[in-house]
Amino acid sequence: MNEKQWTPRIVAFFCNWCTYTAADLAGVSRLKYAPNMRVIRIMCSGRVDPQFILEAFAKGADGVLIGGCHPNDCHYAEGNYKMLRRFQLLQRMLKDMGIEEDRLRLEWISAAEGEKVKTVMNDMVAKVTAMGPLGMPGRFADWDKEMEHLEAAVATAEAGQPAHSHSQQEVKHA
Amino acid sequence: MPKPKIGFYWCASCGGCEEAIVDLAEDILGVLDALDIVFWPCAMDFKRSDVDAIPDGGIVATFLNGAIRTSEQEEMAHLLRRKSQYLIAYGSCAHTGGIPGLANQFSREEIMKWVFEDGPSNVNEAKVRPQTQWTENGCEVHLPELRHVVRSLDQVVPVDYYLPGCPPTPKLTKAAVGALLEGRLPAKGSVLAPDIALCDECPRKASKPVNTSFTEFKRPHQKILDPNLCFLAQGVVCMGPATRGGCEALCISGHMPCTGCFGGTSRVRDQGAKILSSLCANIAPKEEDEIDQVLAGIPDPVGTFYRYGLARSLLRRRVDLPAPAKE
Repeated sequence: MNEKQWTPRIVAFFCNWCTYTAADLAGVSRLKYAPNMRVIRIMCSGRVDPQFILEAFAKGADGVLIGGCHPNDCHYAEGNYKMLRRFQLLQRMLKDMGIEEDRLRLEWISAAEGEKVKTVMNDMVAKVTAMGPLGMPGRFADWDKEMEHLEAAVATAEAGQPAHSHSQQEVKHA
Repeated sequence: MPKPKIGFYWCASCGGCEEAIVDLAEDILGVLDALDIVFWPCAMDFKRSDVDAIPDGGIVATFLNGAIRTSEQEEMAHLLRRKSQYLIAYGSCAHTGGIPGLANQFSREEIMKWVFEDGPSNVNEAKVRPQTQWTENGCEVHLPELRHVVRSLDQVVPVDYYLPGCPPTPKLTKAAVGALLEGRLPAKGSVLAPDIALCDECPRKASKPVNTSFTEFKRPHQKILDPNLCFLAQGVVCMGPATRGGCEALCISGHMPCTGCFGGTSRVRDQGAKILSSLCANIAPKEEDEIDQVLAGIPDPVGTFYRYGLARSLLRRRVDLPAPAKE
């Protein structure tokens, strides 16, 4: 994929009771919005483990959007507040790790707000497009290039000796 | 019959893991009865050439401590991998990057500039820096290259077992050596410590509230703490809930909260994300400003939550730092 064709990939975690229903509404209302999001339905925004967000970035997402019920409207009473608090610290931590604030977004979207799904999505895609790709998998590969020279040298040195499985294996970064 | 051979090596570490082996005290004599130490640069006079002379797989197990951050350490990791049947990542640094892994928040240039130029104790007007290659009086000298990225051992070579901790306790070390001698090792890739959170063996477990509710976070020096009450109940960040047990709550017994050196349990991929999740969920306020006020008590989330695990975390390193080839 070259730079011109690049469009952001945004992973969206939508809660079953409000935002996912809103996205459904946007669909049946035939609203047009940017096609960059991959929606994952979860029961509650409070179910979003910060590991999910970091993993999404690490596996190549350019942005992560979380949608939950408005304050006081959570189906499970408190889930959205849990997400809000995690979001606020995560936002600060991601900044310390060099990830721009606009790549992670939390929105309260009720089941009736199909229009808001569209606005938020278009706005987020515009912002992430302006920032360019995050491209973590590529970065990991770039970082590890400094080990290639030595690995090659080790492989050459071992070529004359009985083959040994360990040097053949790739270093995994799960 | 010759005794099985065993080796110890250190990479980017402080020497504490070597101390931990010496802490086996008289038990180390028992180890010596059963095993031959063939390589231990910290304590015994062996050279690299001695290792080169050992056939591949000739060492039963090598306990390697320290993170990998120079080309030399990387080379030794490859060499010892080849010479050892079992390669054991010993201690937090080899396991998850450890304290040296915190350097993944900075570029190599920032680190070199601080250490050799800007650090307050430096006198280096000529701004001399170590060179990987240098000729003096017709003699060529070489130094290892500092890598841009600090790595855990398993990010460089495959690792068979992990002994966690900063440093691992003598008890866990002894158990690992025993298991090795008796051939009752668990599945490869296992961490040789209990697979349950520290809270399970914490002496203050009974005082952990069912519903923790944080109205503030304090660091241990900011508050007089009750020595019998769960740290979380006192608003002090304790990594216990997100950290593997096995240390028998050493720090807690010394009246300090857990800082997370054992890493997460097998169900946890990212220890920092997990403790963030747990602490934040239990903050009392619901308004953004008030939440921020409470969170202000955690001024350095990366350094607090990833104190020993940044190199092996999901993001590994500050993402906007230059890549090796491009710097």
